[in-house]
Amino acid sequence: MSGEQKQRRIVPIGPYHPLQEEPEFFKLIVEGETVVDLEIHIGYNHRGHEFISPELTYDQVPFLVERICGICSDSHPLAAVLAIEDCAGIKPPPRANYIRSIIHELERIHSHLLWVGLAGHFIGYNTVWMWAWRYREHILEVFEMITGNRNHYGAHKPGGVRWDIKPEQIPQIEAVLDVVEKKTMMLTKAVLDDPVIRARLEGVGILTKEQALAWSVVGPTARASGVDIDVRRDDPHAAYDQVPWDVIVLPEGDVFAKAKVRLLEIFESVKIIRGCLKNLPDGPIDIRIDEVPAGEGIGRTEAPRGEVFHYIRSDGSNRPLRHKIRAPSYMNIASNVVAVRGGSIADAALTLAAVDPCYCCTERMAAFEDGKLKFTGNELLRLSWEKTEKVRERFK
Amino acid sequence: MSESLRMFQERFPDTKVFEKNPRRLYLTIPREKLTAAARFLHAERGMRLSIATGIDTRDGFEVLYHFSEDTTGIIYTIKVFAPKDDPRIEAQGSWFPAAQWIEREMHELLGIEFIGHPNPAPLLTSDTDWEPGRFPLRRDYERRNEAHER
Amino acid sequence: MKDLRLWGLKKSPWVYHLAAASCNNCDIEILELLTPRYDVERFGVVLVGSPRHADALLVTGVINRKSLPRVLEVYEQTPKPCLVIAIGTCACNCHIFRNSYNAVGPYDKHIPVHAYIPGCPPKPEAMIMGVVKALSKL
Repeated sequence: MSGEQKQRRIVPIGPYHPLQEEPEFFKLIVEGETVVDLEIHIGYNHRGHEFISPELTYDQVPFLVERICGICSDSHPLAAVLAIEDCAGIKPPPRANYIRSIIHELERIHSHLLWVGLAGHFIGYNTVWMWAWRYREHILEVFEMITGNRNHYGAHKPGGVRWDIKPEQIPQIEAVLDVVEKKTMMLTKAVLDDPVIRARLEGVGILTKEQALAWSVVGPTARASGVDIDVRRDDPHAAYDQVPWDVIVLPEGDVFAKAKVRLLEIFESVKIIRGCLKNLPDGPIDIRIDEVPAGEGIGRTEAPRGEVFHYIRSDGSNRPLRHKIRAPSYMNIASNVVAVRGGSIADAALTLAAVDPCYCCTERMAAFEDGKLKFTGNELLRLSWEKTEKVRERFK
Repeated sequence: MSESLRMFQERFPDTKVFEKNPRRLYLTIPREKLTAAARFLHAERGMRLSIATGIDTRDGFEVLYHFSEDTTGIIYTIKVFAPKDDPRIEAQGSWFPAAQWIEREMHELLGIEFIGHPNPAPLLTSDTDWEPGRFPLRRDYERRNEAHER
Repeated sequence: MKDLRLWGLKKSPWVYHLAAASCNNCDIEILELLTPRYDVERFGVVLVGSPRHADALLVTGVINRKSLPRVLEVYEQTPKPCLVIAIGTCACNCHIFRNSYNAVGPYDKHIPVHAYIPGCPPKPEAMIMGVVKALSKL
């Protein structure tokens, strides 16, 4: 072993952490304070959806894929029904398209607020966490009103949607949007103007445009690195080509840019929902599908974290022969290998969190030096908080 | 006809094209040409790898590489076949990092071998409680109610 | 002595949240309990960062082959007596994943479970009620 290699230490993160989200295991390889490499071990959450899906009928498949992820529990069913509709060559009625867009954008708002809150928690700004999650509650209330459940909505089915939006619900949704927009504006200003947060996030965990293309990252992770992609615009589905909105793209590639993209996207989502509610056409919300012919279909949609991709192969029966599911984090997490390189350990937790896969590994993070425990999970979070404190003193 | 498809057909004249609809193109090529075709789509046409799908059919394995052209919104799917008795395909992960994970996954769940993959270790299954050589996504996999057996 | 230990559990339980292969949804709803709308810290319920400090484990998700040894290890680290509360239908009976090749069964096959809170996901109110019921049985 050479002298250089001897100084390398391994910092395991995960697989269990008390905050939330799926277990994942990151092995940070560090020299002193600097991260030189990262190994990612996944599979703690592997439940075999692609194996179960061929046992279910096309009507049941959306309920299965909804349970892939509780935060984007609208994107997977939407992509799956788009794949089934692509295979069968049918188009849902216009009212269903608008309702799909509304529910999908409501989900984006709550998911982005959730991320902002947890990112705030990681740098020691628990106020941001409490604020963001408090305003997120309003969105969950709207979901409960429209679909009857706070999280798994069961909104989509092949050929349309399951839940209609009643005329008396529209003013209530608009009222909630007003509140959320106002409060998010306040939060955005507070977060983006804070010199400490800027100093803590700017220039951290940079993913360049070339790296973003080579790792084929998607969603806000790609858009913050200057890659101008958004499935909602590029491959129009639902009602995204009927209402005006913009794609937010920033060139920097650091954690601050990722936070900014997400915060600004909330306002675009509000714009889309307002536009859809205003132009909501009358008519049926679903059409009947008699059979799904043999063939193949691809459905994709822009989840809060990026492109969700579903491929369905049909043999003409009422069950899929093969159902391939690709969640956005599958591409984004892999790109962490390049994003954390060269950063410090205190920044690593934040960088890993920035692609919005799993932040909470941090608290179960433990650093081993020569087999002995050096940091415990909470100490790692403390390390991050201490760095914020130091930065804060500079601005006093 | 889209620009990329025309150039692809010029470069690979033995391509079988199936147009499901204007945004979904399926290009079947012989498996020896996979690397050249993938390189053409990614490096020359600037496409992004969405994902790859492995399917076990009656006649053999199908491997589909879905490339997304974000300027036009078209998905180009390259389709290659591998016979059951020789399930081997050139690894794209050797030159294209985005393909590394999915090829590891197809290797462990379907048993397709990717020649030249930099790290063919299992990605999802357990390191302690999994018999090698069990491929749950194959057609001949015996389904059983495992959660209640154990 | 045992009564004293149980009595010590009753007030201000410290909980540790353990997700095997869950879909995040129950996990997010558990976190939701800490935020201003429900704010269970009022009652002294604190989410702790280490199973060694926990009075109660909130477990979610089905257990899969890769996470089973880790789940058992976390359970061993908790001080006994420790309440185990299964949150969500997956944790109670595997839900739609019972036929998967990777699921190794619900929690009560592997560790003792004291309370079951079904739902996909259960509402935060239901979770509070479940924890209160489990504590009042002590």
